[in-house]
Amino acid sequence: MQSRPDLVGMVDGVLGFMRSDALKNPGPHAMHHARISINALELIKRELQLGPAADQEEHARLRALLGTDGSLEDLNRLLCARIENGEIGLESDALRAHLWQTTMSRIAIDQPSYAGYRLAQEEGMPARSG
Amino acid sequence: MDSINELLAKAVRRHLPGATGIADLRRLSGGASQETWSFDACFDDRRTPLILRRDPKRLRRGRTTALSIEIEGKTLKAAARAGVPVPAILGMLDDADDLGDALIMQRLEGETIARKLLRDDEYAQARRVMAGQCGETLAKIHATDVSDVPELVVSPALTELARYHDTYRRHNHPHPVFDLAFRWLREHAPETPARPTLVHGDFRNGNLMFGPEGLRAVLDWELCHLGDPMEDLGWLCTCSWRFGNHAMPVGGFGQYDDLFAGYERASGRAVDPERVRFWVILGSLKWGVMCCGMADTFESGNDRTIERAMVGRRASENEIDLLRHLLAI
Repeated sequence: MQSRPDLVGMVDGVLGFMRSDALKNPGPHAMHHARISINALELIKRELQLGPAADQEEHARLRALLGTDGSLEDLNRLLCARIENGEIGLESDALRAHLWQTTMSRIAIDQPSYAGYRLAQEEGMPARSG
Repeated sequence: MDSINELLAKAVRRHLPGATGIADLRRLSGGASQETWSFDACFDDRRTPLILRRDPKRLRRGRTTALSIEIEGKTLKAAARAGVPVPAILGMLDDADDLGDALIMQRLEGETIARKLLRDDEYAQARRVMAGQCGETLAKIHATDVSDVPELVVSPALTELARYHDTYRRHNHPHPVFDLAFRWLREHAPETPARPTLVHGDFRNGNLMFGPEGLRAVLDWELCHLGDPMEDLGWLCTCSWRFGNHAMPVGGFGQYDDLFAGYERASGRAVDPERVRFWVILGSLKWGVMCCGMADTFESGNDRTIERAMVGRRASENEIDLLRHLLAI
C-alpha cells in the first residue's frame, strides 16, 4: 500500500528545508532538521529500491486473498471493508500471513531501525496461541 | 513578541503580589491551540522561574478532546490536593489580561527527554524507582476528588475507540491492520467502570519530569477525562513509548511488576493485567492513527516540515506492534 506522505511529498519536505532553514536560518534548529532530512533521504532511497517489488507482491497477495482484481488501493479498501464487517479476520491464516508480510516490507522502507521491527524479524510471525 | 512581553509583564504585576516585571521570555513550544512560554517574574530581591501556557485564540474551548486552559488549571489544582506532584498554578489569567486563555505556573527543573532518561548515567538510580513511582503517582491521580471540575467528561473504552475510528475514517487512507485492531478492540472492550476515575490521558515519557532521584512532576494535563484508570497504565506501556527498550515494557525504564506493585501499594486495588493489555494495544492503534494525522497535516499544506512528514511515516511502526500483539492472541 502506498505510504503517506508519498515519495513526491517526502522529496518536497526535504526541498522545503533546503530552500528555507538550511540556507537562510543556519543554526541548531537547522542542524536538527538536516539530520531529519538525511533520514528522509535514506527512506526515499529505500523506497526507490524496495517499493516496486513490495507493491507488486502485496498486489498479488491481495488478488489471491480477495478473489478479485483492482488497483492496489481499491483492493486495500475492499480488504478493510471485509475486515470491518467481519467477513475475514484473525481466524484466516492467509490474512495473517498477508498482513505480516505487507507490514514487514513496509517498515523495511519506513523505519528498519525500529526496535519492534528487529524483534519481529528475530521472532518471526507470532504463532496462534489458541 | 513585544506585545506578549508587555501584556505578560502587566499580567504578572496584576496576579503575583510584589512582582515588578518579567525577564527572559522565550517560547518553548507551540501549536495553534497550545503555546508554552518560559519566563522569570522579577521581584525587588529575587526572580521566580515560571511557565505561561496559552491558547491565544481560545480554540480549545469548543473541543471535546483537549480541555480548555481553565479546566486544565482546575484539574491540576485538584490533582495537587490529592498529592500528585505537579507544577503549582500561580495565576489564572482573564479577559483583562488580553492574552487569550492562559495560566501561569511554576517552572520546575528536571528532565523530560526519554533518550536521556533511558540512557544517561545520571539517571541510573532514578531508573530503578521510576516504574514504582509511576504506579504510586497514577494511584493518586485516580483517587483525585474532581467534584470541583464537573466539566470533565466520561470517556470509557468504546467512546475512545469510536473517536479514533472517526479520525481514522476522516484520513480516508486504508490500513487493514488498523481495521483488524479496531474490530478486536471493540469485541474485547472492558466494561465501563462503575466508578470512572480521573484519567490523565497522556501519562508517558515526554510528559513526566524526572531528576536523578526519580519522578518530580506530571505535566501536560490537557487530555484529562474520566474513565478507566487502567487506560493510563496501558498508555505508559505502549510500545512506542519504550523508545527501543522492549526489555523494559514500562516506558522503556521498568517492569510491569514494579508498576503494578507501586499502584497496588498506593491504591489498595488490584491491577487487572488483561485490562492493561487492552489499553496497551489501543495505545498502538491511537498512536498509529495520530501518525496518519501527521501525514494529513503535511499533505494539507498546514505544516510542510520534513519533521512532520517523517512522523507520518511512523504509522507502520504501530502496525508491526499491533500485529505482534494481535497475531499472538
